[in-house]
Amino acid sequence: MAIRRGVSLYSFQNETFQGKMTLEDCIRTCAEMGANGIEVIGEQTFWGWPEQSVDEAEITQWHRLIAKYDCVPVAHDFMLDYKRYKGREMPFEEQVASVRKDIDFGARLGVKYIRALVSIAPEVLVAAAPYAEEKGIKILIEVHAPLHFDHPWIIRHAEAFEKSGSGALGFLPDMGMFLHAFPPVWKEKFMRVGVPQAIADYIVKAYEDRVLSEYVILNVQQMGGTGPAIAMAETLRHNAAFEPKRMLDYMPRIHNIHGKFYEMTPDSNGSYIEPAIPYAEIVSVLKQGGYDGYICSEYEGNRWVEDAMEPDSVEQVRRQQVMLAALLGEPAPQLRAAA
Amino acid sequence: MMDNKMIVEGSLESSDKGFAFYGRLPYYRGLGLSMIEDIQITVDGELVPRADVRFHVRGKTYTLDQMETVYDDRWNFGEKAKIIAMKPGGLPAGEHRIEFAVRMRVSYLPFVPTTKDTKVLALAA
Repeated sequence: MAIRRGVSLYSFQNETFQGKMTLEDCIRTCAEMGANGIEVIGEQTFWGWPEQSVDEAEITQWHRLIAKYDCVPVAHDFMLDYKRYKGREMPFEEQVASVRKDIDFGARLGVKYIRALVSIAPEVLVAAAPYAEEKGIKILIEVHAPLHFDHPWIIRHAEAFEKSGSGALGFLPDMGMFLHAFPPVWKEKFMRVGVPQAIADYIVKAYEDRVLSEYVILNVQQMGGTGPAIAMAETLRHNAAFEPKRMLDYMPRIHNIHGKFYEMTPDSNGSYIEPAIPYAEIVSVLKQGGYDGYICSEYEGNRWVEDAMEPDSVEQVRRQQVMLAALLGEPAPQLRAAA
Repeated sequence: MMDNKMIVEGSLESSDKGFAFYGRLPYYRGLGLSMIEDIQITVDGELVPRADVRFHVRGKTYTLDQMETVYDDRWNFGEKAKIIAMKPGGLPAGEHRIEFAVRMRVSYLPFVPTTKDTKVLALAA
């Protein structure tokens, strides 16, 4: 049993989008941080997928890079575009067939897990489970804000998974659901688009006081808030400080973790913290629950700062990896990876 | 996300038939073309009619209506597609203010997002 460190290449999206980092740059960077678990969004990393096939040469190159940098393929995040057809939802059997295709793709990449988005119906995953078992892959539904482990939709999934009796179905919690403070980078972004200081301060304080989102929205309206101020208040509808310990009941089916973060800032001990997400508590809960798997960094601050500055995704991920190594009792990764 | 990276700098070109620039999908992944609901181009404040917009990628050109039923091609992550406006006479040399908006149907979102970028691009004489 061990908690290991990994990175979702989602984290480097700003660089890969612009062609500033290649797949090899990404994998080498993770390896240099001692984060040897690699998670990909298949269609982000491999052009063409899933509407078109991916050449065997690209898969060979993937395995060559994984071997070169002594990494481990952890997960392929699939999307399942059930709204592919305008005006009608993709039929059930076609959705199941689509998941089977992603199981095959995950098998080609050598991952143990494929990530399902939380909006996918449990029946689809249950129907795909026997094929996943055959291929040695587990399908993990991503429990992501605004959903959480006590939400009826997630409970429905859990019940369906238990009833299926399949070990190939599980959960991938995204740590963003444990948002214990309003992220400073969100506040700064909202202020750049015109939210007055007083309203921004009020929303941050109201979040800290755990005030019901609907009251906060009304209060912001009464403070004269418009447009961006309402949008800032409305983020409280979709985010909340759920408790990391809620993962404990589901631990036997939790096989991968998204180490979501918005910003890593220096702390007084020469390490780093995520000011909005309680990682010390999260790691403690995972240890308590005997979690055996990866925590994959998922940097999502990029979209909150890109209007003002070029995100430095590598430095942000490095900082989170330094924090995770400390929380896991590992020596600090020393290298500053070259972007 | 990627809003300010949608229009590729320095990519504006013009011909007798119209003008074009390179555009990227403002998203952390690609999308099948059937899920691109609309592309709006405005040049110097003037909207290009939907029927006059063309999308060109890897040797293939589509109208927006055609794209709605294209299930075997994609606008990949970060991929530069040529966004074409059919406009007889094209554009005069000089600077032009280009607005580029993409509306996409994203399965897991409870709304249909539109993302827009505006840039002033120079057209060489």
